[in-house]
Amino acid sequence: MSDSTSPLRRDDVAKVARLARLILTDEELDLFTVQLGQVLEHANDMNALNLADVAPTAHPYGLTNVMRDDIITPSLAPESFLSQAPDVQDGRFAVPRILGEAP
Amino acid sequence: MTTAVSIAHDVATGATTASAALESSLATIAERNGEINAFLYVDTDRARAMAASVDERIAAGETVGPLAGVPIAIKDNMCQIDVPTTCSSKILEGWRPPYNATVIDRLVAAGAIPVGKTNLDEFAMGSSTENSAFGATRNPLDVSRVPGGSSGGSAAAVAANMTPVSLGSDTGGSIRQPAALCGLVGLKPTYGLVSRYGLIAFASSLDQIGPFTTTVADTALLMEVMSGHDPMDSTSLPEPAPSLLAHVNEGVAGKRIGLVKELYEGSDAEVLESVRRAAETLREAGATIVELSMPELSLGLSAYYLIAPAEASSNLARFDGVRFGNRVNAPDVTAMMEATRTAGFGPEVKRRIMLGTYALSAGYFDAYYGQALKVRTLTIAAFQKAYAEVDLILGATTPGVAFPFGSKTKDPMAMYLNDVFTIPSNLAGDPAISVPFGTGEANLPIGVQLLGPGRSERALLAAARVLEIADGRA
Repeated sequence: MSDSTSPLRRDDVAKVARLARLILTDEELDLFTVQLGQVLEHANDMNALNLADVAPTAHPYGLTNVMRDDIITPSLAPESFLSQAPDVQDGRFAVPRILGEAP
Repeated sequence: MTTAVSIAHDVATGATTASAALESSLATIAERNGEINAFLYVDTDRARAMAASVDERIAAGETVGPLAGVPIAIKDNMCQIDVPTTCSSKILEGWRPPYNATVIDRLVAAGAIPVGKTNLDEFAMGSSTENSAFGATRNPLDVSRVPGGSSGGSAAAVAANMTPVSLGSDTGGSIRQPAALCGLVGLKPTYGLVSRYGLIAFASSLDQIGPFTTTVADTALLMEVMSGHDPMDSTSLPEPAPSLLAHVNEGVAGKRIGLVKELYEGSDAEVLESVRRAAETLREAGATIVELSMPELSLGLSAYYLIAPAEASSNLARFDGVRFGNRVNAPDVTAMMEATRTAGFGPEVKRRIMLGTYALSAGYFDAYYGQALKVRTLTIAAFQKAYAEVDLILGATTPGVAFPFGSKTKDPMAMYLNDVFTIPSNLAGDPAISVPFGTGEANLPIGVQLLGPGRSERALLAAARVLEIADGRA
């Protein structure tokens, strides 16, 4: 249960939170460092194996590209999903400032 | 308990009406949902209109589908037009989908009546339904205990007789585990057999939709309606739905069934006893039982808890406050996304997104995600080797019966260990079914699990039917 043997440091967790667009409190950072460390420790049973010659499998039955005839078919009417959007302007999704220009 | 097979038969022959079947379902929901919290939303008006339409078609002499008038509950991670769909998350609260999941279209075309949306662990991440943003679901068989998860609401709805059948989704055991804990039949189909168009993705290489029922025959009936190729899902198998219901009584004579040590070891004594008696029952019915060891399966838990979070961290990136769901405003778009996701996701979802982001990040990718994908190869190879020797595999579904609320919430790893027997089938993409067999502590139900190679649903259902009969259930 201690994080002394954890493969994960608090700084790693803080960095991952930024990448995942999550803001964690100090308490959450402490808790997640321990809890995520436990999962990674459990994964050591896997990492003890020499799997250099084993091919990875990302998908159970393999994925092949699926093509269809190039025919126009009906799609969703824009108002059906724009009506569910947090903010809409002129028939488009609206978001706050993206670039660093002056507002 | 009333089954889908009997309701559809009675409605089609005029012995009852779709409206009467629905009112009975709605009355039970009104009576019990306050305590159980199986349903997040009951779609009363639309369901009544659909039932009336089925009754009108029957009165007009039209042919109706094989599920005519059967009320069904839908896990709230499947889209239904204009019906609030939340994934039990605050980030989607209030959102109404503009389209139907393919399974909804197929059920409705077959005459089924979707009555509402059921509770789940947020984004299907959990094994107890305690991770819902809208309160836990209680196990109808003992309300001090969890119904399992993540499809706990769908399991509880059927166990409380609110609907005869329901739909769940299974990424690491989320149908089979709650089925076991609530005394139901629960099937995770072959990967690609049931379309996932309109299922809100958790881990795309693992997720499958499947039914909860009280009988094996009902599972067969629902699978016949839901299966078959769907051009809207690029992972959908390009083949028609299999014929299942006509074959549920074909038994197990001549079948070879592997009893796999890694799929029951460490379980409670009563669970071990149920697995042993299930093997004996199948042997008496003409199967040959072969004891097997598949040590590779023990690595599945570690691989799963890196692969599923990795895929989830990518799938859940779309919940950023831009196009749907709730937004927390901020001066620039990055701050808006951070504020939205921080307020919208619960702790388990954050934990898994963090874990997946870490496993995929530069410097750790090979050590964690890469290694997990290789273990997945080993898992699949182990099953292939086993299926060269046996037709099906037998084990436990869960190590124990339904557990009390709060007993595993403090320690995520303890909760994750509950999925140890169900995860291997998801990694392999193969079908597996949990069927009630015997009882354990506090007279609560135990589920035994049958696993088979891809497209073995017919043999799995026939074997499950042998156990169902022996257990005195049907």
